[in-house]
Amino acid sequence: MSDILTAESGSKLYLLGNEAVVRGALENGISVAATYPGTPSSEIGDTFMDVAKDAGMYFEFSANEKVALEVAAAAAASGLRSFVWMKHVGLNVASDSFMSIAYTKIRAGMVVLTADDPSCWSSQNEQDNRWYARLGNTPVLEPSSPQEMHDLMKYAYEISEKSELPVLMRTTTRISHMRGVVTVGPVNVGKRKGEFEKDATRFPILPAIAYVAHKRIIATLAELAKDADASPWNKVYKRGGKLGIITSGPTFNYAMDVVDEYDLKADVLKLTYTYPFPEQTVLNFLKDHETILVAEEVDPIMEKEVLAILGKYGLQRKIYGKLDGTMPMPYEFSPDILKAGISKALGVTLPEKAAATSGLTLPARPPVWCAGCPHRATFYAAKKAVEHLGIKNAVFPADIGCYSLSAAAPYRMGDYCLSMGSSVGLANGIDAATDQKVMAFIGDSTFFHSGMPAVVNAVHGDHKIVIVVLDNRITAMTGGQPNPGMPMNGMGEVAPEISIEQIVKAMGVGFVKTVDPANLAATQAVMEEALQFDGVAAVISKHPCVMIKTEEKSEKSTRQKLIFTVDKEKCDECMVCVTQFSCPAMFIDKDGKVAIDAEQCNGCAVCVQVCPQKAFRVRR
Amino acid sequence: MKNYCVYIAGVGGQGVVRTSVIIGLACVKKGVGIVMSEIHGMAQRGGSVPAEMKIGDAYSPIIEQGGTDLLISFEPAESLRAMNKLSKDTVAVVNTRPIVPVTVALGTSMYLDPQAYIDELKTKLKKVVVLDAESIALEAGNVLSLNMVMLGAAAATPGFPLEKEFLVAAMKDNLPARAMDANLRAFDMGFQQATKDLQ
Repeated sequence: MSDILTAESGSKLYLLGNEAVVRGALENGISVAATYPGTPSSEIGDTFMDVAKDAGMYFEFSANEKVALEVAAAAAASGLRSFVWMKHVGLNVASDSFMSIAYTKIRAGMVVLTADDPSCWSSQNEQDNRWYARLGNTPVLEPSSPQEMHDLMKYAYEISEKSELPVLMRTTTRISHMRGVVTVGPVNVGKRKGEFEKDATRFPILPAIAYVAHKRIIATLAELAKDADASPWNKVYKRGGKLGIITSGPTFNYAMDVVDEYDLKADVLKLTYTYPFPEQTVLNFLKDHETILVAEEVDPIMEKEVLAILGKYGLQRKIYGKLDGTMPMPYEFSPDILKAGISKALGVTLPEKAAATSGLTLPARPPVWCAGCPHRATFYAAKKAVEHLGIKNAVFPADIGCYSLSAAAPYRMGDYCLSMGSSVGLANGIDAATDQKVMAFIGDSTFFHSGMPAVVNAVHGDHKIVIVVLDNRITAMTGGQPNPGMPMNGMGEVAPEISIEQIVKAMGVGFVKTVDPANLAATQAVMEEALQFDGVAAVISKHPCVMIKTEEKSEKSTRQKLIFTVDKEKCDECMVCVTQFSCPAMFIDKDGKVAIDAEQCNGCAVCVQVCPQKAFRVRR
Repeated sequence: MKNYCVYIAGVGGQGVVRTSVIIGLACVKKGVGIVMSEIHGMAQRGGSVPAEMKIGDAYSPIIEQGGTDLLISFEPAESLRAMNKLSKDTVAVVNTRPIVPVTVALGTSMYLDPQAYIDELKTKLKKVVVLDAESIALEAGNVLSLNMVMLGAAAATPGFPLEKEFLVAAMKDNLPARAMDANLRAFDMGFQQATKDLQ
């Protein structure tokens, strides 16, 4: 059993932020937890999957973030403490219901964690979800470490229950994926079942109810503003000096390391409870300092709050921040970026450590599909099908998942992607707006998440599109979580498996065929049929994710898998395999012929079907 | 104490995160402070995967320009990826086995003779320990122990703040019991090779 659940009170654990927050929830009466996986929040779900059953609580991987939020909201409305988390863009999906929770109020604590991704490590944008607190009328807490992610759960539930509002906890990649020492308290899981008591004045959210509720929300937020001002979590780290630094989240860490390393005379105001903005706390800090640096990732939200306070109270202070160009507007910060900002605000030059330099150009190493990944075979077969039929200028919208990498060389097939589920919707639009053939690619989990309404739209709108569902039997890119297409749920229990094939048939898709992409010729033939079909065609390309399989095999022995090699006599250096198929296990050897790295080969045998000379064979 | 900064470079799938977790756990066992930053998600699919950590009393795990005390690099070219975080005072432990990215076969990138990256590192850094960690791991009984060869070699470098007892205890907490013999052998062989190299 995981020590996240079993560790005794007072233990010091070495935890990822995303693990620490789970322990924090388990110590503070959690009953119901739900999520849709998304980096950088995914390990929270992985950890709950490990412990939920033993802890006697409920946890699910929901079909999407909106459902997850609704599960958590209903639990909190039924008197149970709940927790829901997602990556920043996941809150866009959940936002429709999120906006209404403040209006209906809740009855037990509810925490919504958003894991933002400055610098777009694993995301399509670097949106700053602190705006959502202002849109959705929810308090915001911003932790700076795994210990704080743990500790703030208690505080968040207290704020939530006092205000009857959900609390938004904003982490970033560098906090969720920061690992550190966490001192834990006693586990105290909440009761498993509550009761939904009806209240016709709150929960139906009719216009008349919302009209009244909005006024109440404004009063509640005014009360919370006083709490934010009194919060022990908003704290000055005094070093004495005329410069004051206002900061939060990971940026606080960078600021402190720079101030301490160079022994600078600058006080740091760490804001953790950042909405409602603690006006009096900040006003006092402004009065105590001649110069102010506001340092925050991504948007200048606190900086504009500070400027508003200066205006409101008629105070004159020099403010350094994003708006005057001192701090960069996009991307995550670092100690070096803070050092530059603090130097400018202090008007000093700090000593530079001489960094090593190199004139060598390094090879680009973008993420790629694993050796043996079924996506590679699917896209290869699709490309061949389009070429064989002589279709020119076809458009290939792809979706969010490992198969987003189809946009890279040599496939260049992820032509258009906006968000989860967008591939099929975009395909509808391309068909309506152009005469180009369109083939959308969507993963199994993404299909369930938000792809389905666009399939209905395509059938009803009579769009002539091909939808390829890459069913690799797992939610892969986020580390391998179960989804509705699998016979297992988030508690690790057996669950009904939903058939994608039956869904699309029921939706009225006229052409539905399932293929195994490991058989290239058969897959290409079905793709060609689909491309010639007069209506909506769906090809379900079904083959398990190789990463999951490899992990299973490595448990037994790494030597059980088939490994392929190249018959050097047969290889005529045509390079079709490396330039068109492009498997990371292949490389060009010193003799100019293709070779296979036995450590990377996963034995999928697709290269055997790709090679015109049949030069690949099983290694003996 | 002054913070001791470790940068671990490698490629997704090589065990970078696991190695850094073991170092961190060893810090907890010794009772010294540790903060660490990992990369998860899409970048892990065969991309560059760095982990950085500060042992001591730092708030942030992110290493400043020139601030790395020890570089543990699982791959020759990757050892130069974060050159600006290294300085002439950095000690490095580097695995010789290249992992050539697909961009090379596609003709959009060059991969030099791996020795060229190691030679470059040697001219810029104080001390570079070079080892064929894969061969050593195979000799120890399991190629998957490559990361423990690297850890053993790192433990032998001057200034490394964690004694073997803490690292071994952390390994026992974090690695499967049935692979422990091979992992301990791999650690020792890495340690011995680096000790010899450093003399």
